[in-house]
Amino acid sequence: MSRLQESLKKGTFTITGEIGPPKGVDLTHCWGEVEYIKDRVVAINVTDNQSSVMRISSQSICSLLVQKKLEPILQITCRDRNRLAIQGDILGAYAQGIRNILALTGDHTTAGDHPGSKPVFDLDSVSLLTAMSTMKDGKDLAGQELEGVPSDIFCGAIVTPGADPVEMQLIKMERKIEAGAQFFQTQAIYDPKVFEAFMKGASRFKVPVLCGIVIIKSAGMANYMNNFVPGVIVPDGMIQPLKDASKEDRPKKSIELMAEFIREIRPMCQGLHIMAMGWEKYVPELLDMCEL
Amino acid sequence: MVVNIPKPDKELFNMLDEYKGIFIVACGGCPVGCDSGGMERVKELEGLLVKNQKKVTGNALIDFLCNKALVGSRLASHIEPLRNTDAVLVVSCGIGVQATASMIDLPAIPANDTLSSQGMQGLWPSSERCAGCGTCYLALTGGICPITTCSKSLLNGMCGGQHDGKCEVEESRDCGWYLIFNRLKELGKLDNLKKIPMLRDYRKLDVPDKERTTTRWALEKTEVYSETVWKQAEEKKEA
Ligand code: SF4
Ligand code: SF4
Repeated sequence: MSRLQESLKKGTFTITGEIGPPKGVDLTHCWGEVEYIKDRVVAINVTDNQSSVMRISSQSICSLLVQKKLEPILQITCRDRNRLAIQGDILGAYAQGIRNILALTGDHTTAGDHPGSKPVFDLDSVSLLTAMSTMKDGKDLAGQELEGVPSDIFCGAIVTPGADPVEMQLIKMERKIEAGAQFFQTQAIYDPKVFEAFMKGASRFKVPVLCGIVIIKSAGMANYMNNFVPGVIVPDGMIQPLKDASKEDRPKKSIELMAEFIREIRPMCQGLHIMAMGWEKYVPELLDMCEL
Repeated sequence: MVVNIPKPDKELFNMLDEYKGIFIVACGGCPVGCDSGGMERVKELEGLLVKNQKKVTGNALIDFLCNKALVGSRLASHIEPLRNTDAVLVVSCGIGVQATASMIDLPAIPANDTLSSQGMQGLWPSSERCAGCGTCYLALTGGICPITTCSKSLLNGMCGGQHDGKCEVEESRDCGWYLIFNRLKELGKLDNLKKIPMLRDYRKLDVPDKERTTTRWALEKTEVYSETVWKQAEEKKEA
């Protein structure tokens, strides 16, 4: 059983982090980010060609993390590979010691840096979870027996608490659970009221939810997220103080605001997923402030 | 020319399971030419429905179902029987089903799977598109095609890219799953979301050779093929 699974099973408030692999083979920066957070999180998500921008594969970074005795969460999107490739990757990841896998549909190819490439979407988040579940039971999606069963995969999925209509989110969340999702990480959220309302609907499923936050570095970033990231709303109450703060004070203000939010949502869910986006160095301080 | 194949009876009755009163709308255009439509098929379906304890509330043969305005005006004269109808069975290509669904507030059920709808002047789609996926899902999606209205052709519901009802791919493009969700909600059929088959069978995208080489295939094909090729094919068949 992965450490992540164990921690959630025990009911400990569980913290995960996230890194984005670089475009190129220089991993210095990437390992620098890992260094800041590694002692404060149970597991680290590694994104899969995030925002449809081509980078080092998620699986190879995850495998290197395993070598470093750290626990990765392998993100798999359905944009770039069909069901044969994805299932093969799952087996390969397992053989390399990767246990946590997060299933995502993935952004459309047109969003990234190879906009003319073929959008695959042979599977989507739900059918990918199903593929993992059937493989855990010893068979692939075509019903063929596996030689050696990856029975310890810990299947994760994502959900967007701020999505409209939220009813559709909950229906899809339920579908993901039926397909085998054992934990959820959420899209970034900043309004405790919205999160509370969402959790009211979601807690009946009794599947652990890790509340996601992207650390907001500036008012500009907040506005960008409000305008361009679906289902994410940064409230004015968070933007104004960042606008008012001087450039030097901004990290401190930002961390304070994030800490306040985390303290508020802590009783509502089972953990926290921090996407620091380059501000990994502030993560320990942030968690200290929350006594986590 | 459109190439459809009638859905197997078993699938048809699965889709119609919860409905009693059925009204049949059929296209008088392309489906007539490819043996998947027309009055003959309507009569055949009527018999089949009655035999299976369904009530047929009426029928309408409209050429062409892909022309929404025409569908709307023709169905207007069937208001009475449509009031007593639980679902409309549409005998056409995927576009005809979508066009009909958008004109009525009843579930529209496709009687055919569309393999291809290329060329030929019979096709008059406005915003509706059919990619000939060969496994028509419209019965479960409120008559809105998930393959062509969703930029990722998803089968399992909306992705995280939907915002204000629009798709992540293009600001002005409606999110197909947002449309489907709202339509199913209106119809009181959100449960359908759980019934959609999870995986596509991409073999069905390909038009089988048998369909390509019959006279159902494009008329052009008949002309393009030289007499001898046809003769040879016929001889081969007989042998
Ligand atoms: S689901 Fe869409 S693409 Fe498939 S046959 Fe029906 S209308 Fe055509
Ligand atoms: S936003 Fe809607 S239409 Fe666009 S890919 Fe996602 S589900 Fe499909």
